[in-house]
Amino acid sequence: MSSTLTTPLPVMEQRLTGAARLAELAQIKAARKRKDKLIELILLLAACVSVFTTLGIVYVLVKESLVFFTHVPLWDFLTDSQWTPLFEDTHFGIAVLLAGTLSSSGVALLVAIPLGTIIAIYLSEFANHTVREVLKPILELLSGVPTIIYGYFALLFITPMIQKIYPDLPTFNILSAGLVMGIMIIPYVSSLSEDAMRAVPMSLREGAYAMGSTRFQTAMRVVVPASISGIASAYILGISRAVGETMILAVAAGMQPNLTLNPLEPAATVTSFIVQVALGDLPHGSIGYQTIFAAGLTLLIITLLFNLLGHWMRRRFREAY
Amino acid sequence: MSAKLSERAQLLRRIIRSHKRWDAIFGLLGLLAMSLAILTLVALFAQMVIDGAPRLSLDFFTSFPSRRAGQAGILSAWVGSFLVMLVTALFAIPVGIASAVYLEEYARKNWFTDIIEINISNLAGVPSIVYGLLALGLFVYTFGLGQSILSAGLTLGLLILPIVIVTTREALRSIPQVIREGAYACGATKWQVVSDHLLPYGTPGILTGVIIGLSRAIGETAPIITIGALTFIAFLPPVPFQGEPVAGLFDWLFSPFTVMPIQIFNWTSRPNPEFQLNAAAASLVLVVLTLGMNALAIWLRYRLRKNIKW
Repeated sequence: MSSTLTTPLPVMEQRLTGAARLAELAQIKAARKRKDKLIELILLLAACVSVFTTLGIVYVLVKESLVFFTHVPLWDFLTDSQWTPLFEDTHFGIAVLLAGTLSSSGVALLVAIPLGTIIAIYLSEFANHTVREVLKPILELLSGVPTIIYGYFALLFITPMIQKIYPDLPTFNILSAGLVMGIMIIPYVSSLSEDAMRAVPMSLREGAYAMGSTRFQTAMRVVVPASISGIASAYILGISRAVGETMILAVAAGMQPNLTLNPLEPAATVTSFIVQVALGDLPHGSIGYQTIFAAGLTLLIITLLFNLLGHWMRRRFREAY
Repeated sequence: MSAKLSERAQLLRRIIRSHKRWDAIFGLLGLLAMSLAILTLVALFAQMVIDGAPRLSLDFFTSFPSRRAGQAGILSAWVGSFLVMLVTALFAIPVGIASAVYLEEYARKNWFTDIIEINISNLAGVPSIVYGLLALGLFVYTFGLGQSILSAGLTLGLLILPIVIVTTREALRSIPQVIREGAYACGATKWQVVSDHLLPYGTPGILTGVIIGLSRAIGETAPIITIGALTFIAFLPPVPFQGEPVAGLFDWLFSPFTVMPIQIFNWTSRPNPEFQLNAAAASLVLVVLTLGMNALAIWLRYRLRKNIKW
């Protein structure tokens, strides 16, 4: 405030009167307007950075993938059952990597969706205020742990633990990576679902209680159906986190391409393949270099589809109060 | 008649009991699910303390990585992480706050604003490794920034931009309209309202978002691996105006580097179990750092809610 308050002062000291003073004021006003316009322009440019980021992502992925698809027909990319881009006999069947992504996300979601939903219902409908205020932040810490550390944990804690029960489990496997991934995703599912449930107006709950419903009945038959669009979009966020997760899988699931849905085997996913290639020394512009962009484009399309589905579901099933 | 009534009453009581039992069962289930999640966190922490704590010493922080596990340290890793975070913060904080101010205070409701908004919510869902590919194609090769601290910092800056924007917008939105109207009534321009009122009042909320964003960035591994950061770095970036030849003020920006998560990844993937102890020690440092930052953010948010009553 100081800068603009001090500028008119010297003008007042000269005690301009009448038209001259008015002209002076008009000038100051115009200068302020110009400054405001300039600032608005700068802010607009900053807001455009995010648009340029998206354009940049699409540009880079599509540009390199187009080169890739001149060497590898799209049909082969989608139907080949082998993925050996770094071998002499090259095959580019994305299905192999997608199988890894599918089984690891499947395991993760089997953990995250039931646990996340139960926790959300518990926190929103059962827990009292203090319990919620204490537990929710602790739960959110789960999503704050760096994923590389989860990878370490899956490889050196969960896998040996499962091996005690099931000794045939290989050191690198989808199962323990998926389990840990599921725990990591719980807060994403539970926090958004809980927000949705808490947005359901009190009057609906009170109505249910007045009819003699218990908490459980109120939760399952009133609150959950009323907030289903929010819960569904929480699930979708969880899915897109699972599909895009990289380091847990790169560390704990091994990086060999393996066309299987069996979580007890090691497998590469779309994301861990990109890491594997990036760790090596591929020359810029080689076909191996371009495969990671084709894999990245596949990943982007999948997550984009889930995002769109989430938007659509929110709109389609939203209950407005 | 009365026998029938008491029979009905008993039936009713039974139904009520069984419904109440479901309540209790679900309450227990909720606590169980909760404790499973929290136990995992505890086990993770315990595992790292047991494996890693014996390796933690001053030497661990002041030594370069080494072929001998016992002498290896994280000097280059934490210096690299610190410098990358510096670049990330210098990029993401001003750009993020400026975007949020534009969208919340200046933007008119039109198709262009809609595009920016949809775009930001979509960017928040893009996997981090895709940002790595963007950086590889654009920063490293097209702009020629190389596999440098600058490339990595900008990449992570773009990655956390949606977080900073969304939290800043929430902070601005929670400031009541009265404050704006009061300032306008005194003749303030829009920018004066923003810079003298909204930003100062929104600071705790904005800070929370920035801290959460940075704590996410400091643990992020995949995008930095993708731009091809080396894993074995036994030197530090050049200090400005020192060394032989004398380094320029900004030379460190273009230096090769490694960061904490990459060092952990490197040690974890070695078969020698001694290196895995190093990985545990470095993980312990990293996790204390990120959880500390998260706890700080949660505490800030808590204080904010408690202290401010409009």
